[in-house]
Amino acid sequence: MQTYLEFEKPIAELEGKIHELRSVGQTEGAVDIFEEIQKLEVKVADQVERLYKNLDAWQKTQVARHPARPHCMDYIETLVEDFTPLAGDRLYSEDYAVIAGLGRWQGQAVAILGHEKGSNTQSRLKHNFGMARPEGYRKAIRIMDMAERFNLPVVTLVDTAGAYPGIGAEERGQSEAIARCTDKCLQLGVPFVSVIIGEGGSGGALALATASRILMLEHSIYTVASPEACASILWRSSEHANTAATALKVTAQDLEKLGVIDRILTEPVGGAHRDRAQMMSDVGLAVAGELAKLASLSPQELRDTRRQKYLDMGRSGIV
Amino acid sequence: MNWLKNFVRPRFPSVFRDHDDTPDNLWQSCKQCGEMIFHRDLALLQHVCPGCDHHMRVGARERFSQLFDDGAFETIEVPDVPHDPLKFKDQKRYADRLRDARNKTGDRDAVQVALGKIQGRKSVIAVQDFQFMGGSLGMAAGEAVGTAGPTALGNNAPLIMVAAAGGARMQEGILSLMQMPRTTVIVQQLRERGLPYIVVLTDPTTGGVTASYGMLGDIQIAEPGALIGFAGPRVIQDTIKEKLPEGFQRAEYLLEHGMIDMVVHRHKLPETLGRVLGLLMGRPAPETQTA
Ligand SMILES: [Zn+2]
Repeated sequence: MQTYLEFEKPIAELEGKIHELRSVGQTEGAVDIFEEIQKLEVKVADQVERLYKNLDAWQKTQVARHPARPHCMDYIETLVEDFTPLAGDRLYSEDYAVIAGLGRWQGQAVAILGHEKGSNTQSRLKHNFGMARPEGYRKAIRIMDMAERFNLPVVTLVDTAGAYPGIGAEERGQSEAIARCTDKCLQLGVPFVSVIIGEGGSGGALALATASRILMLEHSIYTVASPEACASILWRSSEHANTAATALKVTAQDLEKLGVIDRILTEPVGGAHRDRAQMMSDVGLAVAGELAKLASLSPQELRDTRRQKYLDMGRSGIV
Repeated sequence: MNWLKNFVRPRFPSVFRDHDDTPDNLWQSCKQCGEMIFHRDLALLQHVCPGCDHHMRVGARERFSQLFDDGAFETIEVPDVPHDPLKFKDQKRYADRLRDARNKTGDRDAVQVALGKIQGRKSVIAVQDFQFMGGSLGMAAGEAVGTAGPTALGNNAPLIMVAAAGGARMQEGILSLMQMPRTTVIVQQLRERGLPYIVVLTDPTTGGVTASYGMLGDIQIAEPGALIGFAGPRVIQDTIKEKLPEGFQRAEYLLEHGMIDMVVHRHKLPETLGRVLGLLMGRPAPETQTA
């Protein structure tokens, strides 16, 4: 069953009509019904294109969170050969919110890390909706350490509302784990490419996204605080999330202008969820291309340029 | 309603800064035990309640004079940064909030940097002032840490970071989040030069500050009772819908859970820092022998 976002109501209505006509057409088989369907399909395509051309920040937030959007595991299953998942932080436990492993990206051996939100009730619970605990970040540190020892590039797929706010997570040092993970990202002497595939939520996203090259899908978001959290603090009501999303400048287009990300990957018309295969294939090629560009740099150059990039954040790049 | 208050607000010495600065506020009651303390005594007591040892919040200048020998220090100027890059406006314009915070504190932004001596050892201290927009980490604070680090490197001196913040400065959006990796690089530079980086966590330190330079110290010290965490207690409570444990996210609780090295009373802070620095730098490099 297709999920429609609130702003997609006109699309939902048209597609609903098409669906009705189809079931009538099957029993009656009239030619004019098929013509009507064709007309409506053109209208739908037109409507989708128009709506998605002008999404505002809040609409993009909803698209970024769309349940049918390809998630971390979808990309891995589609793009990565010989994927070998690796588990555990060797300190406390496994964290299913963070996927880690080795595999081949377009033929090249890499280490892969990403947040997985899950795609049905059961898997969402298992992956804690993509909200990692300290163990997830400590596992990421362990994998990055290993990647460096074996000279493997690191690819991260970022998609989280944020790190999990819970008692255990705090007791086991959520903030320290995030700080160390970011610290590790900035020390890596191997090529490191990050893709924000959906939601880049605050420090929990940053810990896996402090890369040499940061790519963002066209309708993904990356933000210091979720629009809802920001609204409830600054507007004293989460109902102003729409306004907050605009004010926070969370879209890929905003972030490119601010010089925080390096490249936007165009989504299929109507969003990644309308053509998952195309989206994943585009990400596969784009990441491989970025890795190739970084391949000629020495470990020291990789480290130095990445650090300089972040030392300059907030000093330049503001138009 | 408050135009008059804003207009006639007198300038007070730093001692008053953290409190309701109306002229008749000569006595202050302790938030924890209610004891009334005369303002002159408060400064002498370093804003620690004589009744219950509650550590009240203190501003940057007062903190510098508490920690540096004889209260002597040189303020290090922090370069200006672009203001209000997002042209952010919630119920109030960020530009106005900034102006108000500057008028209230007399500072440009939340983090101040100074150079002086701690127990005879040349040291750099950066202090994050909760009074300035909740101490929030924005580009200016990032720039201040980015000034403190090189100042320490240039003087071959350790850096002491006295942290306090509600988190990142949301009004600067993603650019405030980017101050986390930026400040982390500064910590790495100190680490690589073998200079101590010591964090003193004060009440409260949460969010992006703990998730970056606030938790990366060689030694992690906290003031008694300080609230320290990643997520704020209210956010956690709203998420898990459970009652939080007694003392949750307080300095003593973190100590028990292995997240910090020690909880140190404010009156013992200079001596502790001096001793720790003496031990960490116990094998002096050639440059420091002649200094
Ligand atoms: Zn008291």
